[in-house]
Amino acid sequence: MQRKGGSRRGLPGADADLVSATFRGTMTKLTQWLWGLALLGSAWAALTMGALGLELPLPCREVLWPLPAYLLVSAGCYALGTVGYRVATFHDCEDAARELQSQILEARADLTRRGLHF
Amino acid sequence: MASTGASRGGAASPRPPQGRSSRQDKYSVLLPTYNERENLPLIVWLLVKSFSESAINYEIIIIDDGSPDGTREVAEQLEKIYGSDRILLRPREKKLGLGTAYIHGIKHATGNYVIIMDADLSHHPKFIPEFIRKQKEGNFDIVSGTRYKGNGGVYGWDLKRKIIRLYRKEVLQKLIEKCVSKGYVFQMEMIVRARQLNYTIGEVPISFVDRVYGESKLGGNEIVSFLKGLLTLFATT
Repeated sequence: MQRKGGSRRGLPGADADLVSATFRGTMTKLTQWLWGLALLGSAWAALTMGALGLELPLPCREVLWPLPAYLLVSAGCYALGTVGYRVATFHDCEDAARELQSQILEARADLTRRGLHF
Repeated sequence: MASTGASRGGAASPRPPQGRSSRQDKYSVLLPTYNERENLPLIVWLLVKSFSESAINYEIIIIDDGSPDGTREVAEQLEKIYGSDRILLRPREKKLGLGTAYIHGIKHATGNYVIIMDADLSHHPKFIPEFIRKQKEGNFDIVSGTRYKGNGGVYGWDLKRKIIRLYRKEVLQKLIEKCVSKGYVFQMEMIVRARQLNYTIGEVPISFVDRVYGESKLGGNEIVSFLKGLLTLFATT
């Protein structure tokens, strides 16, 4: 894997390749997601446990702590909502079905005339 | 990606009207078949009707995988009726799979565009001139039929992934080389690879009619297989 330009020079070899691979999209989608989740997860953990020595104001921490759960539930609701909406608004093509049936009859008649033995 | 206008030495011939296929375009339809004795004559008749009505240059390549129901005999009759320049029979001895059927079919295709569809009337050929028009409008590498937008829709419950697509021949060749999945997941993988290679993709709303509506059942099996295929692609591309 080649290194990306000068901007990655500060990182040790393997990490630079991993970063450039993510940004170039040569990782599989799964690995991209795992990478992203690991990044966000560790940021959340660091902030909630006060590992960086930051003292966030209480309202901030009260929201931050259950944030992953909130996001998961929202994602679930969005998925279900989208599926439900799409199913409800899906077009039902009765005209197309009728047209096809009549064309099938036409086709069979025409082909028999031309010598086809079904 | 590929530029068609530039490569087509247009000085001699007049430019075709916007959205119409030019005289030099030829469309090869690949029809892999297995036990389609009843449907094959109908799909061929509909294809011939759609192409002739729109004055489009075409050929239909029937790739039968040794069907035991006599599909091949019916195909031979169709070849006699419509001519061997329009109906090309390129059969194989046994069921060898969809991916290899396309590879086999492309080798014999003399068109510069390839249309892939199912032989079982799940898609009506009347949409093909619209695919062609859309491809010309946007100069797309691939045009895919969608049941979820515009006037698209379905008659009858169908969860099987039937796909109808128009490809530039060289794009299809490149994609088949790159894809590794089997069965219908292969069709999904083609679009994923196409996006990775920055090919342009257009969509045309189509309707699907389940001819045997009333006999088909809504199976949980299909949902499970689809999700498995999706996860496989997620983890491998």
